[in-house]
Amino acid sequence: MAYSNKVIDHYENPRNVGSLPKDDPNVGTGLVGAPECGDVMKLQVKVNPETGVIDDAKFKTFGCGSAIASSSLATEWLKGKTVDQALAIKNTEIVAELSLPPVKIHCSVLAEDAIKAAISDYKKKQGQADSVQPAAQPTA
Amino acid sequence: MAIKLPIYMDYHATTPVDPRVVETMVPYFTEQFGNAASRNHPFGWAAEDAVEQARKHVSDLIGAGAKEIVFTSGATESNNLAIKGVAEMYREKGRHIITAVTEHKAVIDTCKRLEKEDCRVTYLPVQKDGRISLDDLRNAISDRTILISIMTANNEIGVLQPIAEIGAIAKEKGILFHTDAVQAVGKVPFNVNDLKVDLVSLTAHKMYGPKGVGALYVRRRNPRVLLAPQIDGGGHERGMRSGTLNVPGIVGMGKAAALCKAEMTQDAARLGALRDRLNERLHKGLDEIYVNGSMEHRLPHSLNVSFAYVEGESLLMGINDVAVSSGSACTSASLEPSYVLKALGAGDDLAHSSIRFGLGRWTTQEEVDYVADKLITVVTRLREMSPLYELAKEGVDLSTMQWQVH
Repeated sequence: MAYSNKVIDHYENPRNVGSLPKDDPNVGTGLVGAPECGDVMKLQVKVNPETGVIDDAKFKTFGCGSAIASSSLATEWLKGKTVDQALAIKNTEIVAELSLPPVKIHCSVLAEDAIKAAISDYKKKQGQADSVQPAAQPTA
Repeated sequence: MAIKLPIYMDYHATTPVDPRVVETMVPYFTEQFGNAASRNHPFGWAAEDAVEQARKHVSDLIGAGAKEIVFTSGATESNNLAIKGVAEMYREKGRHIITAVTEHKAVIDTCKRLEKEDCRVTYLPVQKDGRISLDDLRNAISDRTILISIMTANNEIGVLQPIAEIGAIAKEKGILFHTDAVQAVGKVPFNVNDLKVDLVSLTAHKMYGPKGVGALYVRRRNPRVLLAPQIDGGGHERGMRSGTLNVPGIVGMGKAAALCKAEMTQDAARLGALRDRLNERLHKGLDEIYVNGSMEHRLPHSLNVSFAYVEGESLLMGINDVAVSSGSACTSASLEPSYVLKALGAGDDLAHSSIRFGLGRWTTQEEVDYVADKLITVVTRLREMSPLYELAKEGVDLSTMQWQVH
């Protein structure tokens, strides 16, 4: 399969790989996907409590090149956005930016889900729980 | 010497044609272009002689008689002819066929079609090592069973099935035994009488011959196997496969078979050593990697490894100067990981993380070392960005996680 140059660039030079302290009250963590589907994304945002703006974003992804690129791009876009602006990011924008082919659209959907899960986790910590889907958790 | 990139390590998919094979084929496109069925002039005689010599080479490779070889367009056609031909010819005797879940699609889908008619098909499971259980086979046999079709070596994992044991059971029960042997013949010793097989599918392009030509071995004695032809026409190949013979292709397959017979022992020893070197180097450089399928019952040039916590397609992307295959869903249109690896009981996550290495006649030690080192680098990098690796290192048991399955 031919990848777009942007996908290759994100795969070779992923932005913002890493982890933020998940117990920090200003950090929201989203973990979406499933290993048996071949994609798991962990996306974290750190929100500045003063301004409500996302100061930092990190990701780790198990998945194909398009999944890695989608989450890497998402972290780039998240930085500097408010929480509400972050929730407005649509998977179709990721598809357009990375020129993802139809069989890879699920990667962009997963990235959008990861953003929503991370923001939801942050809001829950801040006592503003809403109906956004929760992240995966160990059952033990 | 600098390594030439990209490196080809996908010899299970296809092999390059040996230059000695090409050289043998060339005259049959131009000077010796006759139709092997033209019985009344020298052009036809020359073509027929060439075909008969090739038939001898192919039959010699598997310990068969020349008259037991039917040339086809390749192993998919051979599998179709064997299974459908038996199902139709032995219709009165029974309607039950036994095969295995890890067979090639050319066998599975042929059986599925017969199921839509009035056949019953048993798909035997495989054990963790990729081999069927002989007890399962015995239990599946009924007095309505007419055919057992079990491949000699699997195309994805290289695992060899207990063909001699299956052959003995089939013989004892009076059931015909077909094996798709495309990955094994020419690579490891194979003798139709020692193994007690009745039908064998072969293809030239997996043994350094050209694409578009294959063969079906059809036993003529003890028992004499009858097949209902699936292609009607001029009655070529003793009526079992009509169609003008692909003379250059058949000549190429014959030469390829002769070369394999002469060189198999030394090739297998060399490639087995290189394969083991690749495996050892990978295990030295990486933790949590798993060989899929039996190491003991395996083609010498074959290795299939799962690299836990990294996904196959992203791995292939990182080693894009190496041609290999992955069991990852993303490399197929279906979004389903390899059904063969799933059948071994490997979790879907490990099926997604697998790479198949196929070494061949022109694989060098330098290439093996390059591929191993490159994989170690890329797997390490991808694990650094893998949330699964991070969770595992934190001590989380991934199998207890509840995932949102999309």
